[in-house]
Amino acid sequence: MTVADSGGDYMLVVGAGKVGWNLTRELIEKGHEVTLIEADRERYLTVEQELEHRVLYGDASELWVLERAGIGRASMVIAVTGDDEDNLLICQVAKDKYEVDRVIARVNNPRNRQHFELLGVKPYVSATDLILRLIEREVPRYGLVHLLDLADAKIEIIDLLIGDDAPVVGKRVDELDLPTGSLLISVLREGTGFVPTADTVLEGGDELLAVLDPRVEEALTEYLGVDGGASIGSPPPA
Amino acid sequence: MQILIVGCGRVGSSLARTMLADGHEVSCLDEDPDSHARLELGLESSWEDAGGQFTVGTGLEIDALLTAGIEEADVFVASTNGDNTNIVIGQIAQRRFRVETVIARILDPYRAEWYEHQGLRTICPTRTAIGELESELKRIAAATEEAYDGG
Repeated sequence: MTVADSGGDYMLVVGAGKVGWNLTRELIEKGHEVTLIEADRERYLTVEQELEHRVLYGDASELWVLERAGIGRASMVIAVTGDDEDNLLICQVAKDKYEVDRVIARVNNPRNRQHFELLGVKPYVSATDLILRLIEREVPRYGLVHLLDLADAKIEIIDLLIGDDAPVVGKRVDELDLPTGSLLISVLREGTGFVPTADTVLEGGDELLAVLDPRVEEALTEYLGVDGGASIGSPPPA
Repeated sequence: MQILIVGCGRVGSSLARTMLADGHEVSCLDEDPDSHARLELGLESSWEDAGGQFTVGTGLEIDALLTAGIEEADVFVASTNGDNTNIVIGQIAQRRFRVETVIARILDPYRAEWYEHQGLRTICPTRTAIGELESELKRIAAATEEAYDGG
């Protein structure tokens, strides 16, 4: 853990709660130069016993506090307080005023995601959403799992579970009439995955991976007879 | 004109009454249902009978903003007791609902200045207080000096 390892990356982490404190510790162990900012005096004193000069006392939504923390030379700002408005504005100011290359914001209430989108603060991370996604993956009854969402590029990869009574069971791949803008890329059957060919016959219980334009997701799930109402945790349409 | 005021504390409620008395349509949004009572201070009728509207909710809830009539509002005033809230909801009113005039109360002068640069109309009570105190003190100082000079 020497300065030489840091590679010149200076990071600011805002909010010394469980997330911020652990994150800062991990980043320091990886050799990054980090300053953690905490607005609550008592919490600051607790964390300071371990992190010493790497933690700064102050309200990071005030510009002079960010400046004292050296935001001018920071390459990344990570706002993980328990307050969405704070996280949103700290990242907005970091990007727009101090021209910090990368910001990461924590979203506490998933309903506030739309405000982060609106103000151009991306990426944002919501623990609630992450757990919801894990539930989607672990509980296949939902039928549809988002594996990758590239909202800006308008492309996504989804995992679909074909029910035993789905209309496409027994059909060959070349008989399928998939919506334009979607492509079947693999089939997972009894624990093994393979790339389907024109004569692959779909079976009930197959998991299909498809790459598609998010705008045809509904058409695709409908055609394959998958309950598409389970896209909980996926970002709202832009 | 139609005015939506979010944050119905001392500032918001007083402003709401004045604008209603001037014949404007006024709608208030506050997360605290009790703040409704503040609107009726000095009124002879209820706030609603006087023609006002009141909605319980926060400015971050889109549904609450819609109920409070943000789509019809000509003016949006963010006057909650939190700078961060006012800055965020002011920008929501501006960018999402395209309200023509958006005014946000920001206590922190430094940030008020920055967001003004970003096109948000701001009122900074701290700056006003500093200015008034400074001119008052300068006046007192000048008067004292004069008194010395005179004596």
